[in-house]
Amino acid sequence: MSGIALVERRAPGPAAAALLAVRLAWRQLWSEKARLASAIAGVMFACVLVFMQLGFRAALFDSATALIGAMRGDLFLMHPLTTASFRPEPMPRVRAYQALALPEVERTVPIYLAQATWRNPENGSRRAIQLIGVDTDAGVLDFPGLAPILERLKRADTIAFDVRSRPEFGAVARLLEERGPFDVQVGNRDMQVVGLVEIGPSFGADGNIVLSDVNFRRVVKERLVSAIDLVAIRLRPGSDVAAVQQRLRAVLPPDVMVLTQAELNAHERAYWEEATPIGFIFSFGSLMGLVVGMVIVYQILFSDIAGHLKEYATLKAMGYSNFYLGQVVLGAALILAVAGFIPGFIVSALLYDVVGGATFLPLAMDVPRATTVFAMIFTMCAVAGLLAMRKLRDANPADMF
Amino acid sequence: MDAPVQLRDITFAYGEGELRKAVLRDVDLTVAPGEIVLLTGPSGSGKTTLLTLIGALRAMQDGSARVLGQELRGANEAARVRLRRSIGFIFQSHNLLGFLTARQNVAMALEMDARLSERQRLDRAAELLTQVGLADHLEKLPAQLSGGQRQRVSVARALAAEPGLVLADEPTAALDKASGHEVVMLLRNLAKSRGVPILLVTHDPRILDIADRVVAMEDGRIVDTSAEKHAAA
Repeated sequence: MSGIALVERRAPGPAAAALLAVRLAWRQLWSEKARLASAIAGVMFACVLVFMQLGFRAALFDSATALIGAMRGDLFLMHPLTTASFRPEPMPRVRAYQALALPEVERTVPIYLAQATWRNPENGSRRAIQLIGVDTDAGVLDFPGLAPILERLKRADTIAFDVRSRPEFGAVARLLEERGPFDVQVGNRDMQVVGLVEIGPSFGADGNIVLSDVNFRRVVKERLVSAIDLVAIRLRPGSDVAAVQQRLRAVLPPDVMVLTQAELNAHERAYWEEATPIGFIFSFGSLMGLVVGMVIVYQILFSDIAGHLKEYATLKAMGYSNFYLGQVVLGAALILAVAGFIPGFIVSALLYDVVGGATFLPLAMDVPRATTVFAMIFTMCAVAGLLAMRKLRDANPADMF
Repeated sequence: MDAPVQLRDITFAYGEGELRKAVLRDVDLTVAPGEIVLLTGPSGSGKTTLLTLIGALRAMQDGSARVLGQELRGANEAARVRLRRSIGFIFQSHNLLGFLTARQNVAMALEMDARLSERQRLDRAAELLTQVGLADHLEKLPAQLSGGQRQRVSVARALAAEPGLVLADEPTAALDKASGHEVVMLLRNLAKSRGVPILLVTHDPRILDIADRVVAMEDGRIVDTSAEKHAAA
């Protein structure tokens, strides 16, 4: 046997080979820093775009249910045609009394919802604001700051202003501190601001005021006393909520829906998710961000391969397999994913603060969303890598000579 | 002793049907252990195709080729990739990876061998680069080296993995006379000291003197094989 026959080589294990491939990918990326920077910027851009879209989407759904979520009741009655709380369909107040027929029902509280124009006390500009009118003794509203001012709201023509409303309504909190209770025009009536609550704007309403049911009717004069928008039902302790819900459905005419608190939240949320294009818009925006990012990563990887076809073919001639070179390309894609995600995450977290502060929407970075976005960016880069890998077939070592 | 390269009745054609063009016809060639064989001939004579077949870079059509004990007829891609790891290739242009230093480029030839650690690979690469006279240029990128130096790096790379065979295609084509000759002499001396056979395709009459045997090809056939040319040159 000749001494120069095949030397028995031991190929590296899959993990070691993958590590070497990723190192080669890194060295290649690092050698062209301007290109690396533009690739990372592309991934970062996609990352920020997706973070913002998903953030807005979540903020929309969170804020849309902020008002409804603060209601305290075991069951609720609502007109079946009410699609969302900012545009309620009134129902007869008598349904609230009818519900009292069941022995388990302790108390029913009518709630009035409407929008009226608010005149900015500083510059006089007008803007629509959400009114929430309720019997102040009923204890069905649970907004921070409401409890200490309930007594004051019983006086005629008084309101509590949502301090988290958009600033276009005027610096009400500051004025209240400087002047004490002062008058503002709501609808066509002068109302006195006597306190502040915290609710937060939603996509349906830029601001909110809370007032007693009597004061509500003073502002919304055209409203019949007997037409209400929502009924909160308190049950006696120990009642079976599901059973009472069933029986109320049987007893009441079909012009009301009987919902639990969770169902009410879901109904409100479903409107924004399904009946408006808003949910779709944000999903579409996220997708566009990912597509743009993918194209950028694909371009970078593709031109890296196309520009080094001879070198790749040489590696093939030296005995590197297609699989190994595929790992190099995929490794480069995944390096870009990680290198783009980290600054993208930081920028997005900062933007959440800035944009959240400017729009008063509840934008917050959380672990599940960060994980989701990372998975999306990772997939985006991997797909770009897999697409770019097809170019490796053009590196044919037989053409090298 | 087995010959590292044994070719019998190699026939090869490109294209299909009417366009089929034969480039190799019934080629028989044997390279003995440690032998340095130069393959010459006009363009289109089939010598490069022959080299790619021996190098397992192309699938065989007809005939039998035993390279380093491995029959290539019917060998699949994986078997050919494996065989290539035991062959050192030197190309017309150096084809070094531009983003790796000379030393890292040579070490690339060793990364498919798990018996060596990273340290050993780099040490071995340095050792080979020293043997080709580039001890002072280990950490330079290819762009920082002259053409002759780059080709010497690729000689070091071709020999790094202790190949059983070296295949070279016009290694001096891009070099001036002096550096071209220097490179092939280095290649010859390193191969001889290791007993590695070399099959080298060239047009360059200036380097015929390194050969043990010169094989001339024309129209896909071997027309002349003589050891005398060595003496004559």
